[in-house]
Amino acid sequence: MTSILDGFVQAFSLILHLDAELLGIIFLSLKVSGSALVVASLLGLPLSLLLGFKRFPLKGLCISILNTFMGLPPVVVGLLVYLLLSRSGPLGFMALLYTPIAMIIAQTILAFPIVSSLSHSAIVSVDPIIKQASLTLGATPLQVSLAVIREARYGIVAGIMAAFGRVMAEVGAILIVGGNIAGFTRVMTTTIALETDKGNFELALALGIILLAISLVINAALHFIQKRGMIGVTQ
Amino acid sequence: MTLRLSASNIGKGYSGNEVLRDCSYAFTENGIYVLTGPNGCGKSTFLRICALIEPPDSGEIAYLSHGSIIQKDLALKRRITLVLPKVGVFNTTVSKNVAYGLTVRGATRDESETKVDRMLEFVGLSHKKKQNAPTLSSGETQRLGIARALVIEPEILFLDEPTASVDRKNTGIIENIILEMRHNANATVIITTHDREQAERLADFLLVMKEGNIVAE
Repeated sequence: MTSILDGFVQAFSLILHLDAELLGIIFLSLKVSGSALVVASLLGLPLSLLLGFKRFPLKGLCISILNTFMGLPPVVVGLLVYLLLSRSGPLGFMALLYTPIAMIIAQTILAFPIVSSLSHSAIVSVDPIIKQASLTLGATPLQVSLAVIREARYGIVAGIMAAFGRVMAEVGAILIVGGNIAGFTRVMTTTIALETDKGNFELALALGIILLAISLVINAALHFIQKRGMIGVTQ
Repeated sequence: MTLRLSASNIGKGYSGNEVLRDCSYAFTENGIYVLTGPNGCGKSTFLRICALIEPPDSGEIAYLSHGSIIQKDLALKRRITLVLPKVGVFNTTVSKNVAYGLTVRGATRDESETKVDRMLEFVGLSHKKKQNAPTLSSGETQRLGIARALVIEPEILFLDEPTASVDRKNTGIIENIILEMRHNANATVIITTHDREQAERLADFLLVMKEGNIVAE
């Protein structure tokens, strides 16, 4: 009990003194997960629009696959990316394994189905009357689509935030493809795992507190966005 | 006004149920046309087909300008508009909702603002200008729908059951707004209502529909 309390005291001390190692780890975590989120959004949002507005063969299958992939186990993603990027793998010549880029690739694969599936759900949830109202007011097909996207904006942002929460908290994939190299690929979650193994609880606890704080901010933002979106029930 | 509408032998059915049967009418004058009849007689379907929101199964809708049939393209669709019974407001402010039709036509912010302010005053919603539109009452929402349609100065305005879901006070306000439109000599208003008394209060031309056809004028 005393050691846990000591751990908390030292953890807060590290946070309050803006420990350089701690800041470096936090910065790298945000850089990796933020980059993965940007790439996943750039790929996922156009796909959600395609699924929301166009009809094509096997569309239902695509949606089912995306929904299934929302629950991809991070260690499986880590293993697949590892096999792709390892020296004997098809992309081994790029020498990306154990680099932040490999971690971004793995987290992009985790975030992509969440962004596209939740954005697609937000788009198809928009009341069809919005489309009709736009048409009656003289909108072109593109302007009609933009009106629908605008109505779905809170749901789309909520999807992106949910994906960010997922990648910030995952450890399996980045541990496998990043290697947890100090000062290079060591991020918050992998540091917590390593420092706990070493019995070095203060840094692990400090990072845990920060991770929880980030999670709290994401959830508060999600709650706010959902509350704003609730107002948008069409009349 | 030069835009005229002619519906010839319009037929429409859904899942084997015939809603409109050889329904024909030519709207050749300016003024307020009111289509009335019992629920399910095909008023709204006829209105939606006339407003080019859905195609007929048979027959033809023709729009004429100076006696010539004009193409049913975006340019024509921007000269007419329909206010649906469920308005479908956008999740933004009242003024941005009203400005939508002007925005899609490429109007500048200054142009829009003047017209939107004038129109909000006309429908009595100036004080709700900055309010989020989905929080309006159903009567105010209907007035917003009318303002959003009128601001684009349509040559033919279709109103589908504009007072079906509003209280008596708002019904009176909306009827007055519609009657005010009479002063605009360049517009035709085509309204559906199941309320026969309301139809008589509003109509310059009263059309009675029964079983998918216009049976009396």
